[in-house]
Amino acid sequence: MRRRLADRVLFVYTWLIIIWLCLPIGVMILFGFNDTQGRFNQTWQGFTLKWYGRLFDIPDLTNALWRSVVIATLTMIIAGALGTLIGVALGRYRFRGHGSMNFIMFAAISSPELVMGASLLSLFVSAGAGLGVATILIAHVMFSISFVAVVVRARVITLDRNIEEAARDLGAGPWTTFRLVTLPMIFPAVIAGGLLAFALSIDDFVITNFTSGTTTTFPLWIWGVTRVGIPPQVNIMGTLIFAFGILIAIANSIAARRRLR
Amino acid sequence: MGGRLRTRLTPYALILPGGLWLLLFFVVPMVAMLSLSLQEGDVVSGYQLTFRWQTYVDGFTNYQEQIVRSLWYGLVTTVLQIVIAFPIAYWIAFRGGRRKSMYLFLLLLPFFVSFVLRTISWKFILTDEGLLLAPLKDLGLLPQEFHVLGTAPAVILGLTYNFLPFMVLPIYVALERVDPRVVEAARDLYASPVQVFRRVIFPLSLPGVFAGVLMTFVPASSDYVNSELLGSSNTFMIGQVIQRQYLSNQNYPTASALSFTLMGILLIGIFIYARVLGTEDVLKVAAR
Amino acid sequence: MNQPTPLDPALVRGMTQRRLSRRDALRISGMSAAALALAACGVKGQGNTTPTAPAADAVTKFWAGKTRNGHVDFANWPLYMDPKKPELKKFTDETGITVTYQEVIEDMGPWFAKVQPQLAANQSIGFDMMVITNGLQFKQFVVSGFLAPLDHSKLTNFKAHAGASYKTAAYDPGNAYSTPWASGITGIAYNPDRIKTAPTKLADLWNPAYKGKVGMMSDSQELGNFGMMKLGITPEKSTPDDWRKTAEELKKQKSLVRKYYGQEYIDALGSGEVWITQAWSGDIFQKNVSEGSNFKFVIPEEGATLWTDNMTIPVTAKNPVDAITLMDYFYQVEVSATLAEYINYITPVPEAQEAIKDHAAKATGEDKEFLQAVAESPLVFPSQADYAKLHYYRDFANNAEQQEYQGIFEPVVLG
Repeated sequence: MRRRLADRVLFVYTWLIIIWLCLPIGVMILFGFNDTQGRFNQTWQGFTLKWYGRLFDIPDLTNALWRSVVIATLTMIIAGALGTLIGVALGRYRFRGHGSMNFIMFAAISSPELVMGASLLSLFVSAGAGLGVATILIAHVMFSISFVAVVVRARVITLDRNIEEAARDLGAGPWTTFRLVTLPMIFPAVIAGGLLAFALSIDDFVITNFTSGTTTTFPLWIWGVTRVGIPPQVNIMGTLIFAFGILIAIANSIAARRRLR
Repeated sequence: MGGRLRTRLTPYALILPGGLWLLLFFVVPMVAMLSLSLQEGDVVSGYQLTFRWQTYVDGFTNYQEQIVRSLWYGLVTTVLQIVIAFPIAYWIAFRGGRRKSMYLFLLLLPFFVSFVLRTISWKFILTDEGLLLAPLKDLGLLPQEFHVLGTAPAVILGLTYNFLPFMVLPIYVALERVDPRVVEAARDLYASPVQVFRRVIFPLSLPGVFAGVLMTFVPASSDYVNSELLGSSNTFMIGQVIQRQYLSNQNYPTASALSFTLMGILLIGIFIYARVLGTEDVLKVAAR
Repeated sequence: MNQPTPLDPALVRGMTQRRLSRRDALRISGMSAAALALAACGVKGQGNTTPTAPAADAVTKFWAGKTRNGHVDFANWPLYMDPKKPELKKFTDETGITVTYQEVIEDMGPWFAKVQPQLAANQSIGFDMMVITNGLQFKQFVVSGFLAPLDHSKLTNFKAHAGASYKTAAYDPGNAYSTPWASGITGIAYNPDRIKTAPTKLADLWNPAYKGKVGMMSDSQELGNFGMMKLGITPEKSTPDDWRKTAEELKKQKSLVRKYYGQEYIDALGSGEVWITQAWSGDIFQKNVSEGSNFKFVIPEEGATLWTDNMTIPVTAKNPVDAITLMDYFYQVEVSATLAEYINYITPVPEAQEAIKDHAAKATGEDKEFLQAVAESPLVFPSQADYAKLHYYRDFANNAEQQEYQGIFEPVVLG
């Protein structure tokens, strides 16, 4: 039947695209096993696990990675908190600043990163502020807030008001209601938003490039070192971060499935 | 009475910290950038705000080739992505069945790796004597001087690759919400598969396409990483020019003017696009 | 599935909803106007644009109260030290001061742009010593007051062993702010496996036979110098008309050039992306040693560019005393000799040549040949005749001149 043929073609096509998408990842993982001499990792010279043992041999790289993780964690916490508050406000209440707030968030999400980074640099330069971890953190929280807010708002909109009303009827004040009733219900969205902020922060390159000065983060370090040659440690760190991300996603879906039961 | 006031103030209190952060570090910087673009001087001797609009004109005339090229690359990338993404989104939405999540997960898998690292891996794969080209050259299928890196197709490949999920997912979301009964009804009315697609499925997917275009065209046109790693001076994009003016030449006024110009062009493009698609109604559908 | 991605359906829905009312738009522009007034304060500069010698008491003022802390953060260019860092280990053994060495400087323009905001805000850049090239940015560093004036009472080795010409450099009279690390020559590097007839002239970079396989540098001073020397113009004395003629000549070359590089030209040469390229003398040598390649370097007949990279101490350094101790350490004859043996760049210590010959005499076999070659290499110890062919970058009298130069050469590099 014509429909079966079309289905089969689409099936193959989808898998081809998936393979194409995973191609550079595969190469990256593969060359983490390359038995290469010197600092250049350009031709395949044999299989080895030695680089896994030497993962932290390059102090700059380890520092940069650690810095990225710290900044991402802080971003997750700060942007998670601020974004959740905005998400609740926008999803629950009607108020005068509703439209402008929505607009600003929309603009923050769809603005080109280049322009956001450039404008932050312009601000810091005009204000005579130096550049460093603080400015990177400021930038990361800035672009993460909107993402968290949108995710939380979507969840808040679908909340059943009656439950909260019931809590209030039983004498709970607004803060207690929020803490014991609302927050647990929107918690998955808050976590999702937080994880999103973490992911965006740890991978950010463009905005960080503009606001970091001489400080390096993991993506910046990689960028800096492309000119001379990428050491296998970078491949391995990429592989490990990749594996970590997969584990989180799998854990997440197992937890989701268990919640449904 | 006090309770009512507290309730009325609550939303403002909630948005205050985050809103203040966004105001200070999103809105004010834009203004700072505008101000900087109208200043004259240099880093060593300082700048003065002289409202020199000529900087905008100069910037545009000097770099119009790069601006046009960036918009063109953005456009080609977006169209390519719609073509590549639509069949996948369609297949997963309508035929994915229980495995939908798995497919989406597989599509997003590569994006757990850093953007820079992904693009560098592509650069590595595409080097002149690398994994892809060396065997083809050895077999005589390609001339020795043939190279992929440094050409426009390489940059467009990188752009298409890096932003693909931003196109697949919105289209998928829109298609997934299509009520299969509508499709069934169309077929009951003797519509051919092509007609079903053209008259029913495609229009319903438009909000997704619109969101996808928005999330692809803007970053692709303003990107500089792909062109820096995979391109050459022939593929210079306006993002690279802006980045260079800020971070190499420290020519802040020109850099800021160019940033604003780029943003302005993108905004105009989006509005025109929204008008053409008549997305007012489409947006209402999306809001539901 | 609760996938934390930026493409959550909720997000998509959020993005495609109508937002702004007219009143809100007006309110936003109101806020912006206020912010505009605030931001109109402008960027403060550092002062005048012509470099002046440091005030007489500047040295004492800077160094008063500074003590040894036991650590130095050293920023340098890639390929300027043996990766095993024997010289730094020896330094730590001798003095007890630890050194963190980072190869973060790749191009002068971006480096200055990176550290300028921090130095202008009187903030530490994370480094106590940095190596910067004589040229445009060096002048900007001095004029902006970003470099610490050196206390020569702490630089005894420098005084004893540095070559005379290095103590009278025009770009830093009296070595007020810097001491040379190494000098280098920008010449032509090529892959002999791909290019059978050895190139000898700058004009070879314009050879249509190498179409698509030629590399040039993106730095406007390096690029401009090569173009000018090809046309027989002396860069130090060039005029804006010369620059325009040169830019035309360079534009003719564009169709042959694969890309305009910074430090990564060496990567491109290694991967086969280019077969012949503008290059820095010592890089090729090190690439050959660590990769087993056999790239060759030539000083072109028409001329080549000579530059000097200098050790300097940023004014916000946390450990200046340790830094200046390290600076002086590199002027010990033995140290400078082993460094030159590895990096193969021109050393500022003439006595190093004898030291290397001694090493050669004591060594055997391959090592002996190798050390002999270094001691006699014109790339490490150029002769008078060699020096005659070498030219410096054009020095700019003021900012306007520099902007003109940049404005003329920048379009060459852009697509």
